Amino acid sequence: MANADLTTKAEARDFNFFYSNGHHALKNINLPLYENKITALIGPSGCGKSTLLRSFNRMHDLYPGNRYEGEIVMHPDNTNILDANVDPIEVRMRISMVFQKPNPFPKSIFENVAYGLRVRGEKNKRLLADKVEEALKGAALWDEVKDRLQDLAFNLSGGQQQRLCIARALATDPEIMLFDEPTSALDPIATANIEELMNDLRGKLTMLVVTHNMQQAARVSDYTAYMYLGDLIEHDKTGDIFIKPKDKRTEDYITGRIS
Amino acid sequence: MGTASTLENIDAVRAMIKRAKLKDHIFGLVGLVCIMLILLTLLILFVDLVVDGYPKLFSADFYSNFPSRRAAKAGLLSALVGSSLVMLVTFVSAVPMGVGAAIYLEEYAPKNWFTEIIEVNVTNLAAVPSIIYGLLALGLFVYTLDFGNSILTAGLTLGLLILPVVIVATREAIRAIPIAIREAAYAVGATKGQVVGQHVVRYSAGGILTGVIIGMARAIGETAPVITIGALTFIAFLPESPVSSTPPFINFEWLTSGFTVLPIQMFSWLSRPSSSFHVNAAAAGAIIILVTLLMNGIAIKMRYNIRKKIKWQ
Ligand SMILES: Nc1ncnc2c1ncn2[C@@H]1O[C@H](COP(=O)(O)OP(=O)(O)OP(=O)(O)O)[C@@H](O)[C@H]1O
Ligand SMILES: [Mg+2]
Repeated sequence: MANADLTTKAEARDFNFFYSNGHHALKNINLPLYENKITALIGPSGCGKSTLLRSFNRMHDLYPGNRYEGEIVMHPDNTNILDANVDPIEVRMRISMVFQKPNPFPKSIFENVAYGLRVRGEKNKRLLADKVEEALKGAALWDEVKDRLQDLAFNLSGGQQQRLCIARALATDPEIMLFDEPTSALDPIATANIEELMNDLRGKLTMLVVTHNMQQAARVSDYTAYMYLGDLIEHDKTGDIFIKPKDKRTEDYITGRIS
Repeated sequence: MGTASTLENIDAVRAMIKRAKLKDHIFGLVGLVCIMLILLTLLILFVDLVVDGYPKLFSADFYSNFPSRRAAKAGLLSALVGSSLVMLVTFVSAVPMGVGAAIYLEEYAPKNWFTEIIEVNVTNLAAVPSIIYGLLALGLFVYTLDFGNSILTAGLTLGLLILPVVIVATREAIRAIPIAIREAAYAVGATKGQVVGQHVVRYSAGGILTGVIIGMARAIGETAPVITIGALTFIAFLPESPVSSTPPFINFEWLTSGFTVLPIQMFSWLSRPSSSFHVNAAAAGAIIILVTLLMNGIAIKMRYNIRKKIKWQ
């Protein structure tokens, strides 16, 4: 699988995760995320996709009693982001996230996108405005909202809200972006918009995308990882996974025998 | 029983549905009667007070006169000013303490037996009879801290009294904020303080204010604790004005002033043997009810507006 022209942006090494109730949700995960590539995470419900994704920005730290074991290393600085000395806030400033359901703040469109910059202490109005515009353009939302940036974000449609959340995540120039089933709450047209957007971002950003939708994984991702009951079964180029999976379980899943 | 059997017994089934529906109607009716009884009682009470107090209610003198030995001249001024100033102290003391305590319990307190006990007791505090607060205040504010029988003492006492209401309302408002919103804030790198200050407090502000108003509406009619701490019943002067036109513009002299409040003024008129004072008492009662209803109305309207603006999905 090693490939000469690939740079690894981050990788999980012998990574285990335990929920506070003792549930061993992730077992010895080894998974590289290649720079500027889209990696899709697929697998049946409850296999640990969200758990793995949320480990990458230390979301589990918000709830007491959860425990990580092993490493998730970021390159080029070789930082183990799970290290107790690394502040989760620092990790979240480098790795941003888009959730399953759109979750804009009850603030204006502008303030939603600017929020990440505000928590970084940015006060320069000119710069904030430029960054917000850039992020909204990156999220293919600018033309629809440029005349009503001060409107409440809740007044947008579901698809627009999700693109707003993507813009919010983009505005801080993250090194990696995480998506947890970003289109599962959206209609087909809004889904197509988001997929197109991810395609536009390809090559500029390292992305990890959880999806239940095989076609979506096939359409948008460069690499695909298949998980089952907390194990990472297989990880390869998306084309290879879908055409000639090595593991019987992967094959069963993508052909629809297990769901 | 399949569909066939339902069809065969269709008449019996219809009769059964009818009986069940009749029960629904009866329950509905009983509920309606109960509601009407409650509303009617309140209405009769209010109308009665308005009718009795009519001559005073619509006379401007009533609101600008001090109490007097003559019923015709006796007015509500000192009680109105006293209640307003006491409420001001109540607001200023209860809101920061209540909101702070609620935020601590919701956001910062570790979940263990100690905080559990605190939580249970905060809720129980709301059920403590108000005269107990009066006794506590008498010991603490009047004797130990030597605040005297002052506006400060009364305001702090009523502040303590409504603290549980403020805490419970604040916690409910905080809990209504979806986890997804907090996670969204954390995910862009916000610290806990930023999440609390820039999101939690702001989105729950409406709910908090609603709770505060409801608490104040209760406090404004409270009599027992205020009597316990020694409010006056006959007071023919006003406290020093909190604001003045000469530097330093604001002063705190008024905090130490003696005072009376609406329900006590009403009570003192009511206990006069001369029935001519009862007109005054009725008018004061009507005003108290009006103010209470008004405050509750504001709270309801605010809650409605907030629900319209911030609708969690
Ligand atoms: N907070 C939690 N505490 C304990 N166990 C949890 C918690 N959250 C999830 N789990 C368990 O961890 C396992 C993995 O859950 P996870 O949410 O990662 O699955 P998933 O692959 O994302 O599923 P889905 O496709 O349904 O979103 C499941 O067995 C789940 O029941
Ligand atoms: Mg999931």
